[in-house]
Amino acid sequence: MLIIPCPYCGERPELEFSYGGQAHIDRPLAPSDLSDEEWNSYLYVRANPKGRHAERWRHIHGCARFFNAVRDTRTDHILATYKVGEPEPEIPA
Amino acid sequence: MQRFSAFSLFRQGLDRQKGWKNQWRKPDPKPAYDAIVVGGGGHGLGAAYYLAKVHGIRNVAVLEKGWIGGGNTGRNTTIIRSNYLFDESAALYDHALKMWEGLSQELNYNVMFSQRGVMMLAHNIHDIQVFKRHIHANRVNGVDNEWLTAEEAKDFCPPLNIDPNVRYPVLGAALQRRGGTARHDAVAWGYARAADALGVDIIENCEVTGIRRDAAGAVSGVETTRGFIASQRVGVSAAGHSSVVLDMAHVRLPLESYPLQALVSEPVKPIFPCVVMSNTIHAYMSQSDKGELVIGAGTDAYTSYTQRGGLHIATETLAAICELFPQFRRMRMLRNWGGIVDVTPDRSPIIAKTPVKGLYVNCGWGTGGFKATPGAAHLFAHTMARDEPHPINAPFTIERFRDGYLIDEAAAAAVAH
Ligand SMILES: Cc1cc2nc3c(=O)[nH]c(=O)nc-3n(C[C@H](O)[C@H](O)[C@H](O)COP(=O)(O)OP(=O)(O)OC[C@H]3O[C@@H](n4cnc5c(N)ncnc54)[C@H](O)[C@@H]3O)c2cc1C
Ligand SMILES: [Zn+2]
Repeated sequence: MLIIPCPYCGERPELEFSYGGQAHIDRPLAPSDLSDEEWNSYLYVRANPKGRHAERWRHIHGCARFFNAVRDTRTDHILATYKVGEPEPEIPA
Repeated sequence: MQRFSAFSLFRQGLDRQKGWKNQWRKPDPKPAYDAIVVGGGGHGLGAAYYLAKVHGIRNVAVLEKGWIGGGNTGRNTTIIRSNYLFDESAALYDHALKMWEGLSQELNYNVMFSQRGVMMLAHNIHDIQVFKRHIHANRVNGVDNEWLTAEEAKDFCPPLNIDPNVRYPVLGAALQRRGGTARHDAVAWGYARAADALGVDIIENCEVTGIRRDAAGAVSGVETTRGFIASQRVGVSAAGHSSVVLDMAHVRLPLESYPLQALVSEPVKPIFPCVVMSNTIHAYMSQSDKGELVIGAGTDAYTSYTQRGGLHIATETLAAICELFPQFRRMRMLRNWGGIVDVTPDRSPIIAKTPVKGLYVNCGWGTGGFKATPGAAHLFAHTMARDEPHPINAPFTIERFRDGYLIDEAAAAAVAH
């Protein structure tokens, strides 16, 4: 089980959280202006990297707030967590 | 190829089993091949076999980064069934099931395919409606699937508790009698041996690290940890690593890779005659021929490549099994492991050409591709050999997401695996 540092509450066990998938995917402001290809990318295509992944989590059984995390999918180490609206932090290798 | 038969067993017995040879070669890679398959799981090895057998393309290499069958082929719980809801899926999975029925003979290798039946339990009115809908849809498609009352379910699987006064009573079940299990390693080894006999090079410890393309953008070969290997036809069948390999050619896929775990118990005498799955309680179980109870459930919550997963997921799965089969409460678990499964948004696979000429992909099998091994391999070989899909896999493109032709087994509430 992961220990996840919620930016609001501190370190808590994974059981208190729900996973929200890849972060920084903005809902298009005018969906009807999108081509099929763009709509496909927005809805379905995901980075799915083997390595660093910026992703959404929700502290559902705690403060209930959404936040973002950078996790290395090769090790599951969480390298940083940050609040929604903040840019993805730069983390040295 | 050294053929297996009752007679060869008997003769080797007289010879104190000293005459067995290696069942396939361990060649070094050649500089070039007519076709390369990336990934030495059941799907990749099978595709190489059918390229050689059906399409006469014998100058083929299977490149495997670890050892063959070391991926999900050797990690899965081997449930085989074809009672999927949609016409496209029923055709695909039943094509595979029919091939399973003759596979041991075809390969001259006992893959221990056992049609012991796959039973899905209904615990509430919603389950009953969904399963009956599946049963009717399956029958229209010529796929066997039948409704059992709770009593009939217990007759078929005596360890089942059908007391109505439990938390999740069994109200009935859907049974596919032609479903069952097979020996996972034997599938990899059987295909490897048969492909090798037709001239296919199986190259282990050879990780593909890049996909090279010519000036026109078509595939010209792959970079590997054992050097560059040229080929104008490359098929990727890398399961959980499909996104990683296809990214080498800048092809982006609608996939996410999740850990999926399984467990086996200490071995016991035969007690469990079939496969039982429960969607609602969220676990499934069968008994291997070695006697272990083989147990699994759903994926972990987050994407990962660790082949591990969290202990709390396995704990929840065991809690579900204890709820369903309290008589197994005191069994000890011997092993727990994970594999990385590549999940599509509609839970249906992709067996298709990619936008890159000469590059093909077989992926997105997620939590349930073992059952499809012979069918997927056969259709993927067809797609690679002819540069066009077989009618059965024609709907399973990458573009179906863009074009809105999802084959939504996820929404159909069919169970995983
Ligand atoms: C715990 C678990 C339980 C499951 N239970 C079932 C079940 O009951 N029924 C069912 O139908 N399905 C089940 N599945 C799903 C099933 O195992 C997979 O869908 C199926 O095995 C995929 O087949 P494959 O042969 O292509 O995969 P794999 O055997 O994973 O083959 C892919 C191969 O590609 C190799 N590879 C990856 N990247 C590279 C590279 N860069 N270069 C070279 N090689 C590479 C890997 O090492 C691997 O050997 C389960 C999966 C898991 C993990
Ligand atoms: Zn919190």
